[in-house]
Amino acid sequence: MAWEFNGKSPIFKQINDIIISKIIKGDYKSGEKLASVRDLAVEAGVNPNTMQRALSEIEGTGLLTTLRGDGRYITEDKELIGKFRQRFIEESTAEFLGKMRALDFSKDEIISIISKINM
Amino acid sequence: MDKILECRGLNKAYNGFPALNNINLSVAKGRIVGLLGPNGSGKTTLIKILTGLLTPNTGEILIDGKQIGPETKSIVSYLPDHNFLAPWRTVDGMVKYFADFYTDFDMSRADTMLDNLGIDRKAKIKTLSKGTQEKVALILIMSRRAKLYLLDEPIAGVDPATRDYILRTILSNYDSDSTIIISTHLISDVEQVLSDVVMINTGNLVVADTVDNLREKTGKSVDEYFREVFRC
Repeated sequence: MAWEFNGKSPIFKQINDIIISKIIKGDYKSGEKLASVRDLAVEAGVNPNTMQRALSEIEGTGLLTTLRGDGRYITEDKELIGKFRQRFIEESTAEFLGKMRALDFSKDEIISIISKINM
Repeated sequence: MDKILECRGLNKAYNGFPALNNINLSVAKGRIVGLLGPNGSGKTTLIKILTGLLTPNTGEILIDGKQIGPETKSIVSYLPDHNFLAPWRTVDGMVKYFADFYTDFDMSRADTMLDNLGIDRKAKIKTLSKGTQEKVALILIMSRRAKLYLLDEPIAGVDPATRDYILRTILSNYDSDSTIIISTHLISDVEQVLSDVVMINTGNLVVADTVDNLREKTGKSVDEYFREVFRC
């Protein structure tokens, strides 16, 4: 199956994260039409009800908008996408820093480690 | 009618041995329900009652608002847990037989699935491997445009790649108002396809909930939760 899910949280939440990250990364482009619930469900290998629920939740954030009778579109509000991007960066960094602090690394040590890693 | 299935106070005993105890269950249209439970828990008994092959000792069942009878049988597509294919027929012969018998049989669905799985239509059933026979059986059952599909252990004998294909086939072929009940042990394989879970144990209903609720409440996958509840 195409999309990977873990056992811990509800699948619709994991779908949320995956779709939002696709929007942030630009895999799904601003203003573009999103595939139908059924096609997305088949692609992800999940129940259409679950996909429907996930999409409804994302609509709540404003990242997706529904045009009646014409499916869902990715928002054209680039600023909003930017905000989600920023939030993603902050959350990922905080998660990384949390792990490093648990190993008692100071900020300077962490920075020197990062600068030594080839990216 | 938003309910496809309604069971109230269902009891079934074999020679005094209880197989189902007071099962109350309702399933909404458009859902994909996993019927889960350890061996001998009553899954097949419940499915056979829904098909009309067994009659309950007490209790009421409504399928699409109707009592079990010719009308409900015409909207239920049932995959038994044993081989029902005529060994002397060819695959094509079996498909024609089904198309003759069921007015809701959709030949184009059968054609697509047989082609995608590369099944030799001229081959006699008895010459096919066990796994391929299971694929043919499932194709026949899923090619009907039924309102309720009852699949008893549909993917047990097939390889993982085919399992994925079958699950995707189920997802892309079922109409949004048709309902699928799948009994299986292979929970981790089917979990993300399911919308709801029904767990039974020694004839008693243990859990009936949506997959998302169950995961949220327990913080576990359905597979992990099952292993915990039914730890031996």
